[in-house]
Amino acid sequence: MKYMALLYDVEDNGPEYGSPEWGPYMARWEAYHETLVKNGIEFSGEPLEPSQTATRLKVRGGKTETMDGPFMETKEQLGGFYILDCKDLDEALKYAALCPAAEDGTVEVRPVMDLGGA
Amino acid sequence: MRDDWGRLLAALIATLRDFQLAEDCLQDALTSALDHWPRGVPQNPQGWLMQVARRKAIDRLRRSKALDQKLPDVAVLMEMDRADSEADAAHEIPDERLRLIFTACHPALDEKTQVALTLRTLCGLTTGEIAQAFLDQDTAMAQRLVRAKQKIAKAGIPFEVPQKDDWGPRLNSVLTVIYLIFNEGYSADNADLMAEAIRLADLLDDLRGDEPETMGLIALMKLTRSRASARVDGAGVTVPLDQQDRRLWDHQLASDGRDLVSAALRRGRPGPFQLQAAIAALHSEAAGFEDTGWHEIVLIYDRLCEFTANPVVRLNRAVALSYLVSPADALDAVNALEGDLGQYQSFHAARADLLRRMQHWPEACWAYMRAIELSRNMSDRAFLQQRLDCAKKEAEQKLGPSPTGRMKRSNAKASSL
Repeated sequence: MKYMALLYDVEDNGPEYGSPEWGPYMARWEAYHETLVKNGIEFSGEPLEPSQTATRLKVRGGKTETMDGPFMETKEQLGGFYILDCKDLDEALKYAALCPAAEDGTVEVRPVMDLGGA
Repeated sequence: MRDDWGRLLAALIATLRDFQLAEDCLQDALTSALDHWPRGVPQNPQGWLMQVARRKAIDRLRRSKALDQKLPDVAVLMEMDRADSEADAAHEIPDERLRLIFTACHPALDEKTQVALTLRTLCGLTTGEIAQAFLDQDTAMAQRLVRAKQKIAKAGIPFEVPQKDDWGPRLNSVLTVIYLIFNEGYSADNADLMAEAIRLADLLDDLRGDEPETMGLIALMKLTRSRASARVDGAGVTVPLDQQDRRLWDHQLASDGRDLVSAALRRGRPGPFQLQAAIAALHSEAAGFEDTGWHEIVLIYDRLCEFTANPVVRLNRAVALSYLVSPADALDAVNALEGDLGQYQSFHAARADLLRRMQHWPEACWAYMRAIELSRNMSDRAFLQQRLDCAKKEAEQKLGPSPTGRMKRSNAKASSL
C-alpha cells in the first residue's frame, strides 16, 4: 500500500545552509533515507520552498483567482512530503516516526487512494 | 449467543479481511438461525453459523460491483466451504480474538472509538446499548463505528497481534480501553459493563498469559468491584471509604484480587495497573479505616508517579498523605494541582474534605459547591450536598448570625486562591 507522509513544521526551524548546524541536520535526513533503503521501503519525496512562496488558485465561472501565501495563521506549515510503499499502516507509522520531521514538527500519514489499477 | 459473537466475528474478519462485511454476514447468519433453529438446533451451532456467514459473504461479494477485485476471496471462501462440508463442520473455529482486540484498540483510532469498537465487535453489544452507556445519540455512535471500520479498511490497519517492539505500548492501550469500560460501568452502576470489562481482561489473560499488567488490571477491577455494594447507601447517597460498612464488601472477590496482584508483582515487572491494584489490596486488607496501611500506600503512590504523569495520581497521593501526616500538609500538595485539575470534581471534592477535616468551614463550603457543580453522578452529588449542609451549619455557628452575607465574603476570598 502507498502512504503519503505530509511533513508539517515551524518554518525557519532548521539551520541555515552553510551554518555549523547544517551538516548534522542534513545527516539526520540522509540517515533516514539510508534506513528506508536498507529496509527495502520504496519511497520518493521532496522538500518544499517556504509557504510564502506558495500560490493558491481557484477557477470560478471560468475566471482564475489567485492568492498569495502563506495562508494559515497556524505555526506549522507543510514543508515536504514522502510517498512510502508499506505493508500496512503499522509499517507506515513506524517509518513516519523515524523521519526527522516527526521530532521537529508533526507528520500526517494518509493512505493513497487505491483506484484498483495496476 | 453473545459469548460466541466475538469469537465468530474475529474468525470471519480473519477470513474476509473486512470488518463491515464480516459483521453484516454474521448478522445475516444469526437472522437465518432464528428461522432454522426452531425446527432443530444443529449439532455444532458455531460451525453452522460460521458456514452460513461464509456463504452469505460469497453472495454479497458476488453481488458487489467490485467483483473482479474480490474474486480471489470468493474462490478461497468456496474452497473453505467445500472443505467444511466434507469435514462435517465439526472442527474447531480458530480463536482470532487476540488479533481483534489489538485491531479494535489500535492507537490510530480515537480512544472513544476504541472503546465503542471493542464493545461492538468483541462483546457483541448493539450500537444502541453502547450509545446508551456513553450517553450518546444512537446515530452519532453508529456513525462513529462506521467511520472506524472504514478507516481500518482504507488506511490499512492490520488485523494482527503487534510485534515485540510495539507490544508494551499496544498492550497498554488495550488495557486502558478495558479499564475505561470498567470505569464507565462502575460510575454508572452498570453491572453488565463491569462484567464485560472483567471478561475481556480474563480473555486477554487466557489468550496471552504471563503479562503481569493484565493480571494487575484484573486484580484492580475485582478489588474495586468488591466494594461496589458498600459505596452507595439505601437512599442512593455515596458512602466514602472511611464510612463504608466493610461487612458489605465482597470478601471472596477481594481475596481473589489480592492473590492475583501478589502473583503479578512476584514476576518482578511492576506497572501502573499492578500498583493501583496493590493500593486497592491494602485498603481491602484493613479491618477498619483506621487500620489502613497509609505508609505503604504513600510509598506505592510514589512508585506510581514514576510510571505516569497523571495529576489524578498525585491528587490521590496527597489524600493518602493527609491520613499519614496531616490534612494541612496534604492541602498544599492538593492546591498545587489546581492548574491541572481545577475543572475536575475529584479535585474540589478532595480539597473540600481536607478543609472540612481542618474545620475551615467557609472555605470547605466553597469547595463543596464547586465539586457539586462539576459532579456528573447523582449519588456523589447527594453526598457532597449533605457534607455542604453540615459545613454551612458549622460555618454559621462559628460566624454568628447573618451567615449568608458572611458566606459571600468568604467565598470571594476563597475564589481568589
